[in-house]
Amino acid sequence: MISVHNLHKNFGKLKVLDDVNVTLEAGQVVALIGPNGSGKTTFIRSILGMVKPEQGSILYNGEEILKAWKYRENIGYMPQLAKFPERIQVKELLDMMKDIRNNNKVDNIDEELIELFDLKKIYQKRTGTLSGGTKQKVSAALTFLFNPNVLILDEPTTGLDPVSAEILKNKITKEQSKQKLVLITSHILSDIEEVASHVMYLHEGKLQFVKSIEQLKMETQEVSLNKAIVKIMQQEIK
Amino acid sequence: MSRIIKYVMFDILRNRFVIGYCLFIMLITFGLLGLEEGSSKSTLSLLNIVLLVVPLISVVFATIHFYNSYEFMELLLSQPVRRSTIIYSEYFGVSGSLSFAFAVGMGVPLIFLNQGLVSVYLLLSGIVLTFVFVSIALLGAVNSKDKARGIGTSLLLWFFFTAIYDGLVLLIMFSFSDYPIEKYLLAFISLNPIDLARVAILLQMDTAVLMGYTGAVFSEFFNSWEGLIFASGLLLLWAILPMLLTVRIFKRKDL
Repeated sequence: MISVHNLHKNFGKLKVLDDVNVTLEAGQVVALIGPNGSGKTTFIRSILGMVKPEQGSILYNGEEILKAWKYRENIGYMPQLAKFPERIQVKELLDMMKDIRNNNKVDNIDEELIELFDLKKIYQKRTGTLSGGTKQKVSAALTFLFNPNVLILDEPTTGLDPVSAEILKNKITKEQSKQKLVLITSHILSDIEEVASHVMYLHEGKLQFVKSIEQLKMETQEVSLNKAIVKIMQQEIK
Repeated sequence: MSRIIKYVMFDILRNRFVIGYCLFIMLITFGLLGLEEGSSKSTLSLLNIVLLVVPLISVVFATIHFYNSYEFMELLLSQPVRRSTIIYSEYFGVSGSLSFAFAVGMGVPLIFLNQGLVSVYLLLSGIVLTFVFVSIALLGAVNSKDKARGIGTSLLLWFFFTAIYDGLVLLIMFSFSDYPIEKYLLAFISLNPIDLARVAILLQMDTAVLMGYTGAVFSEFFNSWEGLIFASGLLLLWAILPMLLTVRIFKRKDL
């Protein structure tokens, strides 16, 4: 569904992405992990066209996306920190996004998260007055609102309370069963173990491996993902 | 694009600055016209407002608004929207609402107290200068991530065009006063949008004599329709070229 070839990105002299090659298929929930500063967010933002890579290509269903924009109607993106225009109400924000997407077809709108997070209660509040966690909820609802084929979630559970995090994880699993591609970054390995089918490991801008969770556990002979990952990270250091 | 311009304008109307700007211009215009009704003196004062206040407000407001809309732009970037649409909407949204506020603020008093061709020129040049300086401000803002530096650059550009540039022109005039440099001077002034607007209006007011020998050169050139079209064309270029450059940079930027 998304294939990335020879992706390079530098910020000044720093190589943030160094020859990344990967293919992601529909129906996968891919967990993108790696230490801080390993290029996870830059990788995600390259797919979204926010960061312009120096070299390489990214294909969505076989089509080059680096200079395109239309493909983004198939992507839902939840950033690490939700940022909205401050003086706008939650309801207005949702309506505005629908208007901008030119999407008032009721059948293709997915308001499940709005219901589950009980967001109608805060419809009249201005986004500037919301707490960090509530902003994350609005951001999550917005990400799933247009029923996109690809979901890109950058540390989605940080800032969410346990109940809301659970709701979000269930939603992710539900979308996976609809043959969607979910790309998720997180440092909370237990969350990843619950939802992910594959792990993609970045280290200093280099892609180390993409493997399914079962394969990973088998190779390291560990029962929990946590221990398997730690084992791999320690091997890296040696 | 019109959909996004709508939201940019919606946002600008909410913070009421533009309404204040409109009232401020209206108050000053009524005041100046009331003090010296119909005389060309009041028109000259109005001209100074158009040449100093309008560019300053446009530059500062456009820069601050650009940085304050960063969240909105980021939100739009992950949506199926062209990058050029985002930055053009910012341009037309900001310069549209500012020039509308200016046109109402100065236009209403002028209709009541000072009808005439010069008033039309005043209004038109105020509107065009708004577009020119919003476009210059965005070019400064898109080039730096740091808010303070962006605003500083914009203010410096405003100061350059209103004061430093004239100083340079004077310096050249004095240094080369023994040579026939009028034509070069004309070219030099054509490179400054504020001077272009000033000369175009002054020559409509028959005060070109006050501008001395160079004034005579200009009136020879500008009083004809060709001169006016030449000045308007250059002003439009000033509104378009920095913006095209801004779009080019914005499209290639990491955001």
